[in-house]
Amino acid sequence: MDRIPILKLGGVLIVTIQVDMHDRLALALEEDLTAMIVRTGARAVLIEISALEIVDSFIGRMLVSIAAVSRILDADTVVAGMRPAVAITLVELGLELTGIKTALNVERGMALIQSRLAEEEEDGCGGDREVHEG
Amino acid sequence: MSMDGAEVLKRTLIEDEAAILDAWYASLREGTSLQSGRIREAELQTQAKAVYGQLRDALANGGVEADGEQYTSLREALADISRSRAIQGFTPTDTANFVFSLKAPVFAAIGKAHGTDAATLAAGTWAASKILDRLGLHTMEVFLESREEVIGRQGQEIAELSTPVVRLWDGILALPLIGTLDSARTGVVMENLLQAIVDEEAEIAIIDITGVPTVDTLVAQHLLKTVAAARLMGADCFVSGIRPQIAQTMVHLGVELNVVSKATLADAFALALRQTGRKVVRQQVSAEGRR
Repeated sequence: MDRIPILKLGGVLIVTIQVDMHDRLALALEEDLTAMIVRTGARAVLIEISALEIVDSFIGRMLVSIAAVSRILDADTVVAGMRPAVAITLVELGLELTGIKTALNVERGMALIQSRLAEEEEDGCGGDREVHEG
Repeated sequence: MSMDGAEVLKRTLIEDEAAILDAWYASLREGTSLQSGRIREAELQTQAKAVYGQLRDALANGGVEADGEQYTSLREALADISRSRAIQGFTPTDTANFVFSLKAPVFAAIGKAHGTDAATLAAGTWAASKILDRLGLHTMEVFLESREEVIGRQGQEIAELSTPVVRLWDGILALPLIGTLDSARTGVVMENLLQAIVDEEAEIAIIDITGVPTVDTLVAQHLLKTVAAARLMGADCFVSGIRPQIAQTMVHLGVELNVVSKATLADAFALALRQTGRKVVRQQVSAEGRR
């Protein structure tokens, strides 16, 4: 079965979804990502979905649950590059992905993560995981 | 002895071609089409001549049913004429009269040829009447279709024109909404805004509703959806220009807009500049510049 590759860049895990997501693939991604966060101690997850053209409620909920799991494991989730059609679909489905940060593209997403990590370092502790909604 | 109506019509059209065409031109000349100045006489005559020729050929090929195969090219020619009439702004009467005005000359020619034979005269007149009526109705159908197309296109254009996305600054977009918001329009608004966010790589979008006359629960919901969709794409969205009465009505109705909202577009723009790390400062005017 195919799996979506997860790249590690510093303290950030990067996932780019370049195939049509089907349910099993999404479940596998959640599992892999969780394991990877624990193994690497990553502080943030960036999911890039600019190639994703079709979403359904299941995929939407997967994104929310990935974000929730990551938060428990002390990592922020940023979704980058969502297409207009996908955004409209998710809103119509009533999935507003609260708690997930969003960015227009990978560059902005990385900038968002870096600034957050820098803020936390300034605070002197990494344990304060209050999430500000963007 | 009497003859078949189609046969009578066919012969008359062939034998009296010149006389019928002349009479037709004359009646077209008197019609209102030319007086409106939308078409020249020569053009009208060319069209009439082409239509006449095709009608004659269709009859010669044994066609009596105007819906039949033999009339395909004639119907297409008439459709083209009707379509151009619709676009040029002719009245429906003018358009229909183009075909109907052929009736009188044809009836006259049949009467002249078979004046004494009542049965043949009736059969020929009936055949001519049937075919020309059908063709006239066909022109009207095409005319109305084209008009509807024009109206539909205009509606679409209005919808597009009324949802402009304006670029205020690098990465800051404004969407000044004017007029009532309904579901269909909100859909267009949302798509335009989201596409503009992608194209301009915008960080912030300001929806200005100064021109929206009423905000009810439905409109509020539409606005919230647009804001949520923009957020999903990674852009911040502000709402501005809520008028005092509308703000009061919204509160009385219990409509809640859980978004960043500012009183005016200027305030929202100032906030957008601040959020993107920019600052507007008054320049020190030198003594010379003030003079």
